[in-house]
Amino acid sequence: MKIQTKKITVLALFSAMAIIFSYIEAILPPIWSAIPGIKVGLANIVTVALLYRFSIKEASIVAFIRIIIIALLFGNAMTLMYSIAGFVLSIAIMAILKKTGMFSTVGVSIAGGVFHNLGQIIVAMIVLQTKEIGYYMIILAITGTVAGILIGIAGNLMLKYSSKRRL
Amino acid sequence: MLKSDGLKKVKNDLILVGVICTLSLVGFLIFKLTMKDGNRVSVSINGEEKYSYSITDNVETDIITGNNGENNNTLVIKDRKAYIKSATCPDKICVGHRPISKDGETIVCLPHKIVVSITEGK
Repeated sequence: MKIQTKKITVLALFSAMAIIFSYIEAILPPIWSAIPGIKVGLANIVTVALLYRFSIKEASIVAFIRIIIIALLFGNAMTLMYSIAGFVLSIAIMAILKKTGMFSTVGVSIAGGVFHNLGQIIVAMIVLQTKEIGYYMIILAITGTVAGILIGIAGNLMLKYSSKRRL
Repeated sequence: MLKSDGLKKVKNDLILVGVICTLSLVGFLIFKLTMKDGNRVSVSINGEEKYSYSITDNVETDIITGNNGENNNTLVIKDRKAYIKSATCPDKICVGHRPISKDGETIVCLPHKIVVSITEGK
């Protein structure tokens, strides 16, 4: 019972943190306005950390709470669809790669970043009925890799500090 | 943390990055090499083609969308290039996009669900 309470509290704390990360990113100007969809995705730091600290289940619960709340505050049904598609693909590949044990946290996070963008491109192709938009994936693969590296390193730091404080 | 992950994992990470970069580069080369000059500028709204112009036209037109016609993107075609001059969307990504002229190139306005694309046409 005590463990359960603690886990709920920790997950709530991480949810709050993820929402704050998303909020900060939502109010910052876009990094490169010429190409849509280029974001670091700060909230994914929490997803990576939780995936390693707990499992895919906890990471998904917290991410869904964050996605729904951010969509309610700043987005609409459209942005919700993009977020969910990106998240589902990225958590899936991250969980698979983590299970193989062949990659470090950073490697897992890179794959997550690239697949997140892939999910969003697929939704954009479906919504806009335009396959040409798939060309963006070339650029988004690179930016997803860079974002994945940053998120992976930050996720490691978050794991380190939260375990130090026994969270 | 990084060190305890082991050198082998870091090596695998680098291989992963290499594969992603190679695939992107190959994709980019295929894209560049197969690109031809386009002839038509087509404007789709909600995935449906609504307007079509010749790339040689000189056009400056307002693309009105939204339930009450509240969204506006101004499309300009000039010197065989098409671009969005101004827009009422929040992110202005389409306005920032460079002019397009090659077959398959697109300018997308996600908030207004507009795709301006160059097609080969006739």
